[in-house]
Amino acid sequence: MQTETKSRVDQLTTPDGHPVAVLRFEGDIASTSKDAVLGTYQSLPKETAKLVLLDFTGVDYINSSGIALVIQLLIEASNAGQKVYCFGLSAHFTKVFTMVGITKYAGLFPTQAEALAGL
Amino acid sequence: MSQSKTKIVELKLPTCLGYEKVAMSTAASLAKLMGLPGERIEDLKTAVAEACINAIEHGNRLNEKLSVGVILRAEPDALEVKVIDDGSGIKKQPAKPDIDRKMHGEEDPRGMGMFLIQALVDEAEWVAGLDGKSSYVRLLIKLDKDAA
Repeated sequence: MQTETKSRVDQLTTPDGHPVAVLRFEGDIASTSKDAVLGTYQSLPKETAKLVLLDFTGVDYINSSGIALVIQLLIEASNAGQKVYCFGLSAHFTKVFTMVGITKYAGLFPTQAEALAGL
Repeated sequence: MSQSKTKIVELKLPTCLGYEKVAMSTAASLAKLMGLPGERIEDLKTAVAEACINAIEHGNRLNEKLSVGVILRAEPDALEVKVIDDGSGIKKQPAKPDIDRKMHGEEDPRGMGMFLIQALVDEAEWVAGLDGKSSYVRLLIKLDKDAA
């Protein structure tokens, strides 16, 4: 019943020339999204992927279980010395992420362009 | 939509994760008919989703033989949503989630549903059923937020 979460990884570069791994999500992010969220993140090479962007542009629905997966990702990233940023959240989910405190550990940007410019 | 009397919509959802979206859509449609602004409708949808997920996972313990009842009451000045399950209700309110504790492994990353419900609607009340089941959470969102 929940729309399956699709994910893929793109490699971009900041204007300063730093490599950035972009995890793009589509569909719902809920309790069934562990492979798509954490599995995809864990496939990144930790030594080279020091900057990670999470793209929520294609995500319509995130529930508290999905937010928990994002927090787990942030924990693993913090332990690996990576910096994580998010973009593409709706105004509502930007508010929700702020409410639960994710913004203390991951910067939020409206768009990919603004995220890359801000890194 | 006529504001002259209460309108009631009732749903019976399967105890199956994902069906909270049916309740979300219904609540959103009713809220739109009532003239609730878009931001509040999004707040309501998330609160209803979390309430239904709690009913499915915790109240009904994912038992597919059970159902989750959702009763939506459109009053002239507010929309009330009750989500009813066959659980015994919550024993005590969990502590407010702490992102720092979660990030340091001192708290489960999950467990934010009730916090989100309380933060997103004007009133939230958890009521344990008298018979050890038929517990519910009552959510209220007011048409005029300034009256909250």
